[in-house]
Amino acid sequence: MDSILLVAIFHAAIISATPILYAALGEIFAERSGVMNLGVEGMMLVGAATGFIVVVNTQSLMLGTLVAIFAGLLLGLVFAFLVVTLQANQVVTGLVLTIFGTGLSGFLGKQVIGMAAPISYKKVPIPFLSEIPYFGHVFFNHDVLVYIAYLLVPICWFIIYRSRAGLELRSVGENPSAADSVGLNVFRIRYLYICIGGAFAGLAGAYLSLAYAPAWAENMTAGRGWIAIVLVIFATWNPARAWIGALIFGGVDVLGFRLQAIGIEMPSFFVRMLPYIFTIVVLTFITYKSEKAKNLMPKALTIPYDREGR
Amino acid sequence: MTNPLLNMHNITKKFPGVVANENVNLEIYRGEVHALLGENGAGKSTLMSILSGLYKAEDGTIVINDKQVVFNSPKDSIKAGIGMVHQHFKLVDCLTATENIILGLKHIQRFYDLEKLHNEIEQFTANYGLKVDPRSEIWQLSVGEQQRVEILKMLYRKVEVLILDEPTAVLTPQEVEELFITLRKMAKEGKAVIVITHKLNEVMNVADRITVLRQGKSIATLMKTQTSKQQLSNLMVGREVCLTYDKDDKEIGPKVLSIQNITALNDKKVKALEDFSLDVYGGEIIGIAGVAGNGQRELTEVIAGLRTVISGIITIDDKDLTNAAPRKIIDSGVSLIPEDRMGTGLIGNLTVTQNLILKCFNEAQFSNKGFLHLEYLANYSTEIVKDFDIKTAGIYSPIKLMSGGNQQKLLLAREISKRPRLIVAAYPSRGLDIGATQAIHKILLSQRSEGTAVLLISEDLDEIFCLSDRIAVMYEGKIMGVVKPNEATIDDIGLMMCGEGRAC
Amino acid sequence: MWGGESVLVKEKVNLSNFISVEKRAKVSKVSFLLIPLISIALALLFGAIFLWATGYSPMKIYMLMFTGSFGSFYNFSETMVKAIPLMLTGLAVSLAFKMSLWNIGAEGQLYMGAFMAGGVGLFFPQLPAPVMLTCMVIAGFIGGALWGLIPGILKALVGVNETITTLMLNYVAILWVGYLVYGPWKDPNGFMPFTKGFEEYALLPTLPGTRIHAGITFAIIIAVVLYIIFKRTTWGYQIGVIGESQKVASYAGMSIKKNIVLVMLISGGIAGIAGMAEVSGIIGRLQYNISPGYGYTAIIVAWLSRLNPFVIILVAIFFGGLLNGGYALQIVGLPAVMVSMLQGAILFFVLGGEMFTRYRIKLGRGGRN
Repeated sequence: MDSILLVAIFHAAIISATPILYAALGEIFAERSGVMNLGVEGMMLVGAATGFIVVVNTQSLMLGTLVAIFAGLLLGLVFAFLVVTLQANQVVTGLVLTIFGTGLSGFLGKQVIGMAAPISYKKVPIPFLSEIPYFGHVFFNHDVLVYIAYLLVPICWFIIYRSRAGLELRSVGENPSAADSVGLNVFRIRYLYICIGGAFAGLAGAYLSLAYAPAWAENMTAGRGWIAIVLVIFATWNPARAWIGALIFGGVDVLGFRLQAIGIEMPSFFVRMLPYIFTIVVLTFITYKSEKAKNLMPKALTIPYDREGR
Repeated sequence: MTNPLLNMHNITKKFPGVVANENVNLEIYRGEVHALLGENGAGKSTLMSILSGLYKAEDGTIVINDKQVVFNSPKDSIKAGIGMVHQHFKLVDCLTATENIILGLKHIQRFYDLEKLHNEIEQFTANYGLKVDPRSEIWQLSVGEQQRVEILKMLYRKVEVLILDEPTAVLTPQEVEELFITLRKMAKEGKAVIVITHKLNEVMNVADRITVLRQGKSIATLMKTQTSKQQLSNLMVGREVCLTYDKDDKEIGPKVLSIQNITALNDKKVKALEDFSLDVYGGEIIGIAGVAGNGQRELTEVIAGLRTVISGIITIDDKDLTNAAPRKIIDSGVSLIPEDRMGTGLIGNLTVTQNLILKCFNEAQFSNKGFLHLEYLANYSTEIVKDFDIKTAGIYSPIKLMSGGNQQKLLLAREISKRPRLIVAAYPSRGLDIGATQAIHKILLSQRSEGTAVLLISEDLDEIFCLSDRIAVMYEGKIMGVVKPNEATIDDIGLMMCGEGRAC
Repeated sequence: MWGGESVLVKEKVNLSNFISVEKRAKVSKVSFLLIPLISIALALLFGAIFLWATGYSPMKIYMLMFTGSFGSFYNFSETMVKAIPLMLTGLAVSLAFKMSLWNIGAEGQLYMGAFMAGGVGLFFPQLPAPVMLTCMVIAGFIGGALWGLIPGILKALVGVNETITTLMLNYVAILWVGYLVYGPWKDPNGFMPFTKGFEEYALLPTLPGTRIHAGITFAIIIAVVLYIIFKRTTWGYQIGVIGESQKVASYAGMSIKKNIVLVMLISGGIAGIAGMAEVSGIIGRLQYNISPGYGYTAIIVAWLSRLNPFVIILVAIFFGGLLNGGYALQIVGLPAVMVSMLQGAILFFVLGGEMFTRYRIKLGRGGRN
């Protein structure tokens, strides 16, 4: 295939991967603490809508992005209250959060539907690096939020695997009773990471409305929040793998459209199926195989921590 | 004699319907290994749970270094220098030993150097002679090694008092010796070690002083050098008024259950039953005496088909049912009254009727071609409830609303209504009051009269003595001896329960 | 005396110095029913305050929604049309939930059912309508059943978490249908990703004057059947026991693995029928977007109905009403999707209210044990 086309596809894949990656990184934190948040889609939408509204009214990208992050965080707080304090069913609550978020974003966004973005994130080529043949354009000719995502991956990895906070996080998701016994506050830790997850989801949404599109349209996440949830499992709750996975999912998405455009329909759909099928295979392997593999999934995931003897 | 490091004074702790500790006194000195001895239910674990901050006593005080303290959480207790190693380890499987040891400590750097910590912990383990590879993940370690990690966890937090709850239950004899060496070393360094146990020979091996608890009260505190196993056993078991029953002198029937040389592992892959043999005949009650944790649970599971047997044979009425499916065993006339009645035998959210038909819903009287005879079932339940005098909130209410005694009666009613050949009853009167207990006993005796073979497992020696035709004592997966109730005294049995053999 | 092993029994948890929460010993019937109702009332109140604060009249909006969903014969019939797939998927999902199997895959099972039924409808030779439709129903069931079988087998044999596998398969199913309608099955005379329309004999009959199709009879029949199964059969009884406690079920000799597979199969099959009903009753063809997430909403419907088949029918109608009422909001310039907020709020309050059926709040300092 034409090398220029390849470069364009990879470049587009990274853009497509970025919102999924943000949301997945956030969800990795939440799930590592033992909580599965199916409300990511709703939180992303609210982030997208609020971010865009603020930008339309203030012309400030910074403010818009911050408000989007904050909105996601607030929804995370609501979710945490329901599933951690009130011990509500995580699956149902997450679904409800998605529904609520979808509605809220639609309501808030109606004032700005169809408007052009007064300002949006523009590509900022990194001097020198962006001039490397082929790779330069693919990796270093993007907007700021993409670069921040690059940085966040190793940062998140370090936090989870090499910091004291990460150790505490992992223990809460694996064996909350053990964590409780050494004096860790399981509830507080879960609250914290659920909110972080919400903040990341809000940021992911902001990326869509302030950089990717840029605009607001109802339901503009188009299922990306769900893909992020899938990605977390595909990546076995590991930020580094999540980056690779996001590229795959993003790439597959882009590839699908390109193939469609050239008139090659069929393979695009099957290519897009592959990540999901692969995730099932990975999960089966994890569940069935050696002890080492079994330890990839946080043991306490979706089980509410009830100190009363359980 | 210096002042005690720790003093528990007049501790009283109540749970709904039960007094777990009543005016218990305990004095612990630096540099001693102190054994807390008693049967199950004597109150040892509860007392130590109070000391480690899990529970709060209704009455009484705790004094450490002459200062009164109040614990609101395990964290407070650890801060006061008290650490407890529980029977069920609180370790995170996928983390390394080092990470488990430092978990929750706030003085560790935010971005710690794991390699450096590994080295530090390695040094730490060497100091105490507790061999564990700090770099291995918990799931890779043996049970003995995991226990060492738990102990190290406490030592790293600079505890002055280390409490161990039944520490040898999961260890091999070799590991037990190593543990005792460690405990003595810690005592020599000025720490106080409290060991909760029921095993007499271990007590005499490792303890300096011993406090005996019985039925929630502290009975005596003795120096090891001034007592004997016999005396301790007496104190532990005590003498109670025996509820005597009139047992008719029936002929013993044919052999129903034959267990021949079976070996089975427990959940921690340690041998729970070792070369175990026992025969039970129709029309007799065999009582298995022994402290819980010596393989009794595994024995019931092996008979009921819920646990695999590694070697040996189990036959029911001469049919080989070793490792057969539970359904097949149930259909062969075996009834298990499980020790965990609500977790294994009954479902709290379901009604009386729904619990009654748990095993027999396919029988012709209860259903036809897959459809339940609801009206018949309602009548059936009502009758059972009446016959067995079970107090319910109505046969359509969930049984979790019933008292323990009534739940147990329901369970028994269900099991015996199938006219089983063999009833395995594990701790049937545990947690029940006198009235319910007598009702249960009456049921078991009536089954005996009808020719059913009954295998009774209990920690209550009075119950064993009053009901059994023969008594077998179980210790560490083996039978220590089989005697007739009129041929042995409670003391003899007590000794056997604690590991002192008597020729079979 | 107190059990063999040390048991952590904490009956009170301090949420702060002033409130403590205590586990209820009993669940009174009154609170069981009252609390969901109070939750709904609170949610409506919350919604009213929100509307008033943003400059709309709560009464006006609620009336608009109500008339939009139930106010006229036509509106009510449209509400029913939207309720039918919710009924069917809700029933499908409730069967799995009864056994504590988290079937999140009703969406995908619906699509597979639509695909199989659509295949039969488009490519079988001409048959009289009753025969053709029966074949389509069976095909729909098979399609969904196969899609439920895969996660069922994985769970029974290997123990793979069914929440995740069913979720994944949703995407595969939607993409599969996408492939068909963009590719081999695309209507040669059309430009959009549709198949040819089904012939008369492959369309479900509708109630005259409305778009309410025979799918509603499927729903009612299945609801009755499920009710009978749960209440009156030995199989339903076993499912309930396994769902409550696998440990007790094995102790009682019940076959858990076999039932996992069977239940996932049937649960998927019912969702498959939902797919058949949508394409044969309303849409009239196979197309790219068959369901706006019915399979996901079904989970909430089933949960809210506490798995009672008849309540599921009613709750599905309520949700259909919410959906329809939302469209009415467009008259005052509000986006239809806003009704999701109200839906979400009601559900949040109900979810939160659940806690009160299990716990009691006490004011004042509770001891920590």
